[in-house]
Amino acid sequence: MTGTLAALGAGLAVIGAGIGIGLIGGKAMEAIARQPEASGDIRSNMIIMAAFVEGAALIAILLSILMA
Amino acid sequence: MMQRIFLTLIYLFFAILPTFSQHEEGHSTHANATVHENEEQMHSSDHKAEQKFDPAGTAVHHISDANVYTILEKTFPLPTILYSKDKGVEMFSSAKFHPGHHEDGHQSYNGYVMHLGSVYRVNDTSFPQVGSAELPEHAFVTKQENIDGKMRDVHYVQFEGKEFKMDPRSTLDGGILGGGMTSFMDFSPTKNVVGMILVSLFLLWMFLKIAKRYKSNPEKAPKGMQGLIEPIFLFIRDEVAIPFIGKEKYMKYLPLLMSIFFFILGLNLFGQIPFLGSVNITGSLSVTLVIAVLVFIIVNLSGNRHYWSHIFWMPGVPVFVKPLLAGVEVMGLFIKPLTLMLRLAGNISAGHIAILSFVGLIFIFGQSGASLGGSVLGTVVSIPLTMFMMAIELIVAFVQAFVFTILTASYIGAAIEDHHHVEEGHH
Repeated sequence: MTGTLAALGAGLAVIGAGIGIGLIGGKAMEAIARQPEASGDIRSNMIIMAAFVEGAALIAILLSILMA
Repeated sequence: MMQRIFLTLIYLFFAILPTFSQHEEGHSTHANATVHENEEQMHSSDHKAEQKFDPAGTAVHHISDANVYTILEKTFPLPTILYSKDKGVEMFSSAKFHPGHHEDGHQSYNGYVMHLGSVYRVNDTSFPQVGSAELPEHAFVTKQENIDGKMRDVHYVQFEGKEFKMDPRSTLDGGILGGGMTSFMDFSPTKNVVGMILVSLFLLWMFLKIAKRYKSNPEKAPKGMQGLIEPIFLFIRDEVAIPFIGKEKYMKYLPLLMSIFFFILGLNLFGQIPFLGSVNITGSLSVTLVIAVLVFIIVNLSGNRHYWSHIFWMPGVPVFVKPLLAGVEVMGLFIKPLTLMLRLAGNISAGHIAILSFVGLIFIFGQSGASLGGSVLGTVVSIPLTMFMMAIELIVAFVQAFVFTILTASYIGAAIEDHHHVEEGHH
């Protein structure tokens, strides 16, 4: 039972991170389309922001592995 | 048109070939199983469990570390260095276990056995503790047992009609990930260690060769390996090191960033090569832990006054918020390397598991070789999916090496930055 709940928790964490990273990626694409000359800066900032969002999801997944 | 038909035929040939061989193999194991069931009725349930294909178990076995290096069906023995309190240090080759199919040892040696590539100890005086002993066919049995309120896999070995419990090697995770201190420790250079040494030697040879050429012909256009590496090197320097660390100080940290990038990239790509032992080095938490701890130490040793003041006494916020923020920042100090470690290991392991699951489709549809039509269907579905996944993994190998490097650079940059805006904020 705890295993099932942990798996559900991992799935929910991935949904959250997916929405977050999707927003970051979408906005970054918009920004690059508006200002192609700043694409280098935008790309590296996009990756760092995605990494922060991913970090939260990774901690949630780690917790669910530990709970299972 | 002819070319197309020819290619399709070749593709079909390779697609069907493995299913035929699998079919025959499956038949023979099936026959064995019935014989065994007649021989010993009480163990029939165990044998049924063994015959059923277990995709999760197979995937985990293929991504985990091992004490032998297996390429296709050929096993290369590695040195085994074991330590136990009562027996001291023991050193021998893992060929003593006579590893066979699925990296299961056919013999025990000095009370140690090999199961799925890992060394276990049988800590029991009635089991032969000195020299080697022949183990029976299908000697290893795994059972689910309740330990401290959690269902865990416990492995047993059958020997002379009795079952002996096998102790896994000690791990330093304090039991969090299912390990803990057991009766012995394993200091062997495993498959992952051998892979790391190979990749390091290759990188060393490649970079020394390139450096020599820069020294001897600094004015000439790059050629060969140099032409491949130079744009990547310049990209990391111009897009990662200089913007994040700054023009004045980046030279001090460039060797670290380049080592991290090329080491991770090399290991990621090495793990991608099919039929070469399918090593999962950067997908192993221990490897990424060491790199992340190294980054943690370097970032915090190079942190300046501003960095530490921003952690413990954040300037520009009301006094009652400061202790609260200090707590969050101290947590962030440790979460940063933790996520570095988890991200790399998680991404690489997930890719390997996805590929192995798609390959496992063949065996699931074909019911471990019992149904030919199912195997063909599984193969036809599995090959494009596997190739697609490998293409994605190739991108992931580069992206994860790049992300690890860019995050390291940004942490270092935050630690050594001179905060001019603090003074500006006060007037």
